Amino acid sequence: MFDSYTENTLRYNQERCINCGMCSAVCPHGVFTPGGTAAVPAAPSSCMECGACALNCPVQAISVESGVGCAWAMISAALRGKDMDSGTCGCGGAAGSCCGSDTKEPSCCDKK
Amino acid sequence: MTNPQNQEKSSCCSCTDRGNASDCCCSIPAGTKAAIGTATSSVTLQNRLDHVRARLGVNRMGHRVEPGLYCLGAPDADSPVFASANYTLSFDALRSAVAGVDCYILVLDTNGINVWCAAGKGTFGTDELVRRIESTGLPGIVRHRKIILPQLGAPGVSWPEVMRRTHFKVVYGPVRAADLPEYLRNGTATPAMRKVQFPLRDRLVLTPVEFVHVALPALAAAVILYFLAGSAASLAAVAAVVAGTVLFPALLPFIPTHDFSTKGLILGGVVAVPFAAFFATVPPLPFWANAAAAGAALLIIPAVTAYLALNFTGCTTFASRSGVKKEIFRYVPVMACMAGAGIILGIILGISRLFGVI
Ligand code: SF4
Ligand code: SF4
Repeated sequence: MFDSYTENTLRYNQERCINCGMCSAVCPHGVFTPGGTAAVPAAPSSCMECGACALNCPVQAISVESGVGCAWAMISAALRGKDMDSGTCGCGGAAGSCCGSDTKEPSCCDKK
Repeated sequence: MTNPQNQEKSSCCSCTDRGNASDCCCSIPAGTKAAIGTATSSVTLQNRLDHVRARLGVNRMGHRVEPGLYCLGAPDADSPVFASANYTLSFDALRSAVAGVDCYILVLDTNGINVWCAAGKGTFGTDELVRRIESTGLPGIVRHRKIILPQLGAPGVSWPEVMRRTHFKVVYGPVRAADLPEYLRNGTATPAMRKVQFPLRDRLVLTPVEFVHVALPALAAAVILYFLAGSAASLAAVAAVVAGTVLFPALLPFIPTHDFSTKGLILGGVVAVPFAAFFATVPPLPFWANAAAAGAALLIIPAVTAYLALNFTGCTTFASRSGVKKEIFRYVPVMACMAGAGIILGIILGISRLFGVI
């Protein structure tokens, strides 16, 4: 009830995995770790749905509904009568926002 | 595809002076399709001022590097190639991290947005990477077929697709540019280098731009409240905004609960207590007015702080869309009801004062 982040849209088909290790390399949250014969989903609830693993898996063993976890973008899409999921971050806007960080590269948002 | 070994090395390539580029870049084969810029690893005072302006949100879209290929040091056909975004903070972090390494930097056009955000939007993506590899003539410049991307660019790039279209192998470097020297020494990134962190320093650098975004409405609210309800109410408005935009990022890991909204409600509640205590004891007011004023503070301040805290999800690399959506449905109605009830109490107090009831 008080943790909204326990479930996500990450799905993994272990039977397809060829154990290339790419998902472990690209995941910034250590969700996948290398295993003996296949990747191991070690921390699925840490997934923030960035989509890097699915996009870089050569055999489509992973799927995830990737999207921008920016509340402002979603609320603003809803206020404009649009689908909340349709809202990509709009940091390209003139006013911009937090999208200005460097090496850490915080997530995008399209504030104000 | 041109083999650089079969080519004469030009005495000096067709460099352009763009962005951080300066001197001419040598060791580049003649016949290179596009001009190559030269970058240095030193970050100047002017660069640092640019970083400060970027962090304050000043001329937000103006912190750009010209997209294209740059050489750093004296790279040859076997030197590594790094990719970056055309955002000055991303580019400067990379070029300063690889000081002393002779290499190429391929700057993608991300519209002046950092790697992580641009990857999420797809501008730091497969198509742009393929386009830049081709337009800069990279296949004719390096003998190997490997390009090192920042790991946080992975949400926008499909390595099998890049390989298929350009024969270049994409490898992902560490999350933090600062780990690049060790990555280059070991030829691989450790699990620690692959995990994103969000230490105090990274959280604090976000606070100025967060505060600047809401400074104007906060100031307007503070001025209005000053004339309607006095300096304490005005200060309460400022405190709620500072709590949501400065204290919240700083204290993020230390506030119990996982959701941003509940963290914000807790922080806002703590900030509201002294104001509520003050309003509850204003001497000449009747008890009900004291209680209403204290109640208004306890309702409005946490709601404002929690809303600002929820909006911070977009500044982190931790909040999934599914989770944020759940937070919005769970807590935004609560915040709206709290703020609405607090405003009604405030209006009742204002009307009572206007008609001399209190
Ligand atoms: S990227 Fe795909 S194939 Fe490679 S280890 Fe991960 S799941 Fe397996
Ligand atoms: S979507 Fe992103 S965070 Fe989730 S498992 Fe894949 S790479 Fe990791």
